[in-house]
Amino acid sequence: MIDAPLASLGQVVDQWPTVAEVIAVLTLRSGFNTTVVTIGTTLFGLAAGVIGVFALLRKRAMVTDALSHATLPGIGLAFVIAVALGETGKSLPILLLGAAVTAAVGAACLQAILRYTRLHEDAASGIVLSVGFGAGIVVLSYVQANMPAGAAGLKGFIYGQTAAMGARDAVFMGVTAVISILIVVAMLKELSLVSFNDAFARVGGIRVGLVDFGVMVLVVVVTVAGLQAVGLLLVVAMLIIPPVAARFWTERLWLMVVLAGVIGGMSGYLGASVSALLPRKPAGAVIVLLAGAIFALSLLFAPARGVIAAAVRRVRLRIQIAADHALESAFESRDAESDLAVVLQRVAAQRGWPRWLTPIIRSALRRRGFAHGSGAAILITGAGLERGAEVCRNHALWTQYLVGYADVATNHVDWSVDQVEHVLSGQLIAELEGELIAKGIAVPRVPA
Amino acid sequence: MTPRSPTPAGLSALPEHSADSPLSVHAMTVAYHRKPVLWDVDYDATPGKLIAIVGPNGAGKSTFIKACLGLVPMASGSVEFWGQAYRKARRRVGYVPQRESVDWDFPVSALDVACMGRYRAIGWCRPVSKAHRQAALECLDRVGMADFAHRQINQLSGGQQQRVFLARALAQEADLYFMDEPFAGVDASTEQAIVGVLRELRESGCTVVVVHHDLQTVEQYFDDVILLNMRIVASGPVADVFTQDNLHKTYGGRLTLLAEAAEAIARTDRPVR
Amino acid sequence: MSFSYAQDLFPLTAAVLAALVCGILGNFLVLRRLSLMGDAISHSVLPGLVVAFLIAGSRSTGAMLVGATLAGIATVALVELVKRLGRVEPGAAMGVVFSILFATGVLLIERASVRQVDLDADCVLHGQLETLAWYDAPATLAGVLDMQTLAAVPVQITTLAATLMLVVICTVVLFKELRLAAFDGALSTSLGFHAGALHVVLMVLVAIATVASFEAVGSILVIAMLICPAATARLLTDRLGTQIAVSVGVAIASAVGGYVGATLVPGVFGLDSVNAAGSMTVVAGGLLLAAAVLSPSHGVLAAGLRRRQVAKRVLVDDMLAALYRQRERGEQGVPIARLQSILAPRPVNPAIASTAREGLVERAGDDIALTATGEQAAAAVIRSHRLWETYLVEEAGLASDHVHTTAAQLEHVGINPPIDAARDPHGKPVPRAAAEDSTRPGR
Repeated sequence: MIDAPLASLGQVVDQWPTVAEVIAVLTLRSGFNTTVVTIGTTLFGLAAGVIGVFALLRKRAMVTDALSHATLPGIGLAFVIAVALGETGKSLPILLLGAAVTAAVGAACLQAILRYTRLHEDAASGIVLSVGFGAGIVVLSYVQANMPAGAAGLKGFIYGQTAAMGARDAVFMGVTAVISILIVVAMLKELSLVSFNDAFARVGGIRVGLVDFGVMVLVVVVTVAGLQAVGLLLVVAMLIIPPVAARFWTERLWLMVVLAGVIGGMSGYLGASVSALLPRKPAGAVIVLLAGAIFALSLLFAPARGVIAAAVRRVRLRIQIAADHALESAFESRDAESDLAVVLQRVAAQRGWPRWLTPIIRSALRRRGFAHGSGAAILITGAGLERGAEVCRNHALWTQYLVGYADVATNHVDWSVDQVEHVLSGQLIAELEGELIAKGIAVPRVPA
Repeated sequence: MTPRSPTPAGLSALPEHSADSPLSVHAMTVAYHRKPVLWDVDYDATPGKLIAIVGPNGAGKSTFIKACLGLVPMASGSVEFWGQAYRKARRRVGYVPQRESVDWDFPVSALDVACMGRYRAIGWCRPVSKAHRQAALECLDRVGMADFAHRQINQLSGGQQQRVFLARALAQEADLYFMDEPFAGVDASTEQAIVGVLRELRESGCTVVVVHHDLQTVEQYFDDVILLNMRIVASGPVADVFTQDNLHKTYGGRLTLLAEAAEAIARTDRPVR
Repeated sequence: MSFSYAQDLFPLTAAVLAALVCGILGNFLVLRRLSLMGDAISHSVLPGLVVAFLIAGSRSTGAMLVGATLAGIATVALVELVKRLGRVEPGAAMGVVFSILFATGVLLIERASVRQVDLDADCVLHGQLETLAWYDAPATLAGVLDMQTLAAVPVQITTLAATLMLVVICTVVLFKELRLAAFDGALSTSLGFHAGALHVVLMVLVAIATVASFEAVGSILVIAMLICPAATARLLTDRLGTQIAVSVGVAIASAVGGYVGATLVPGVFGLDSVNAAGSMTVVAGGLLLAAAVLSPSHGVLAAGLRRRQVAKRVLVDDMLAALYRQRERGEQGVPIARLQSILAPRPVNPAIASTAREGLVERAGDDIALTATGEQAAAAVIRSHRLWETYLVEEAGLASDHVHTTAAQLEHVGINPPIDAARDPHGKPVPRAAAEDSTRPGR
């Protein structure tokens, strides 16, 4: 039983590190071991992010989960075999080799399931994931019962153990990561083509199957490299979260790759630092949560595809459209000297504007120089009338097109026109005029 | 403004739709990811007719049906069945989706699939009774698939699968049917069987709206036709409407400028209201 | 090998119940290709469990059940949110959501364990069946069935039993709705059985099943039971009802087999038991492998056998046709060597042996010749070939020098085109139809 258990949730740590300690870790001056581990983890995050982009684009995100779980039996068996052969079971290369072997076996099993049975990719991934992990647990429990010293170390591969990582381990991790990144950079052209449109790539002579296989190999390599940092349960997070987060910032593939690498690297760097400062926190979880935080921030705040940016764009467009309607109405009734307030009132009633919209339109028009004055005497400027004329002409042009050319019912025209008149480009307008003239339909001119 | 499918400013008030018309569509606009796919569609179906919808690929034919059935949200407009909303008229409307829309490896027999048409009559949580099973079997018989009742559907040919789908629709005992490309990829004898069923349905007073891909057979099989290319180019009796001129307008890209405008809209963030 | 009520009764019961609960639900997940949703929910109930544990202050099953179910529902909702707001593809959305939630759970567990409480991440992962041992168990079956012993049944087992009842009831009552939504969601919604609502019902059941089972088999291994028995059954049958029944059997077999394998088999070698849950998973995987290979309808072996049978029949047809063609050129008997070179690279001797057995050919020294029945059978093949050539030229408009290969494939199908002709496009005579076409070998 705990007293006030919920309160304990609020206290994140037992003992806060001092500011000096924090700075030392962040600037890589906290001892050789810590530095190397931090760099290694950063490189791993970088590699995972970069490779994860292609796994994501090939829709193989969950396959990486299956492969990472399938590393467990290999680790256990390698340990058992190594001990049986007289080696000390903690030899990292042997363990990682075992991990890679069973991950490869898992990948082969997955392919076999897809090829020879009627099961689909989701079931195949789940089978490899669970059976592989189960087998691993069995081996681990055997180790625990018969070689208890080894079991604790092996468990570290499940959750991650940056605190227990040695310099050599970190170097190995870093080197593997760098090699993977170099391979990706060398094959960037082929990878991009296959990710974007594999049918086209195939026609262009690229062996799509080979490229996919290559991506899976890299995934296994990166997974194995990261086992010590984040543990096998969360490696998949480092392969999925940075690419998904990067996607919110750009539409261009190469930039997405770079950003995914940066996000992954930063998560690794900060996570390893936190783990160095607070050794009892499970490192893998910290790294993943940092990546997750970056993902959440990207989802909300990224200017390209973020939620808030999209909402802002929508609002801005609506304001622009409403302003255009106001100016058009002003022009049509030749209200050259008239009160903006009168115009706004009229248009608001016509278009059913909500109460809060009118003042916003008023300030938007003033800001753009379409109206000037202050207080009760705000007038529409000449520039405003010109814009109103332009909108009016577009409106007439489209109406003419839709009624005379595209046979829209006359009582629907206003709505349809509303959709197009605010997004016309100059080129589209010119084409439109050309078509109407060719058809012998009168093109409206608005008197200046 | 009503919360769903608001009547946009500028549209005149809805004309009175007769309670006779099985399908009345007014100003329907549908957008996929902000790109308008159907624009401003108006249509009134004549009861008791076989109606074909034709148009180029991507013209919105399947979308039209799905929007009528509420499977795809409308940006604006309204649909009425015999003067009522779909929710109320559901019992009288049947649907035969495209064959590709299901996984034919699913562990059900042809009879199981036909019985699915009875589920609405059966209701939630009740099992399929013998009587319903018998009714489904009769529907299989009408399409010539009674011998295959207990066959797994993955052992059926394309034409046979289409017939099973048709039997399922018949089991729904509807007055208005929507069918999405029922003739796609079927052999000649299945095609004849389907046409036979359609004519039987018409005899019994049903209205059938069919997305059809084969221009050659429109005049032969159907009474009315809708020429659709993002908007309705023309609609009405086949004899009047199925002309070279209209076909050219539908397939010939006369409305390309409209398509470009649709692209322009899609590129902005503007939601098609 | 001995079964002790004290050590084994409750763990085994819990294992079997957990396997059943997940095994039944798994059928719908596999059919709807939502297996990974089971994976996602199993991972992400962890924070729900921990928070519930911290709030309740103890391992009260009720609180944990509620907490984890809420976490499960939250997962489904968050995945939808990420998919929609972020326009992320479904697999990636699941991966993002569940790994973040799982990491949160791991962190919270560490927090809790610092306070010296007994919530260990390992147990959540792979369960701890051993703790269900019942040390005061009676030694005989009669003693076990005594009503008083029911009071000693651990709460995990009663929870599992209740969950199993819930799952069975829902599956039976909503069978046709679940099947319809899985088969054709659009029709389901249009008929008034909203596919989305049924999806939520299924996911909630999966969350409850995960929670109820996690203590027995651990949350990670729930996935195995959600997928493997259903997948195994899928490979053995084509009827959904049968599939569910078979999956029940496979689930029980996995649980029992796994448990026996874990506890009793190592004992034979003088070793300590290994983890029972992991062992159950391995057995489930083994059963799946066995089904994939041995299934009479869908297995690899069966498919291979069928292919070989077809190849054999094709070879026999080709051999008869070759003999017939040689006969048309005036050769009554054909040397084996020449026959072999015509049919190369396939070995001709097995075909000779089987046709000789059936009385279709006879050997005369080194030559093979058609018998009367053999000639009828060969004529049927040739007729089919030449009719197909005619059909392809006359109806499909192919050039006459392009039709031989296609006709050579179609002649084995067993159906003739709907035409009749006396001569093929190359002028060769088409044998007349026999009274019954059942003289063709192997039909």
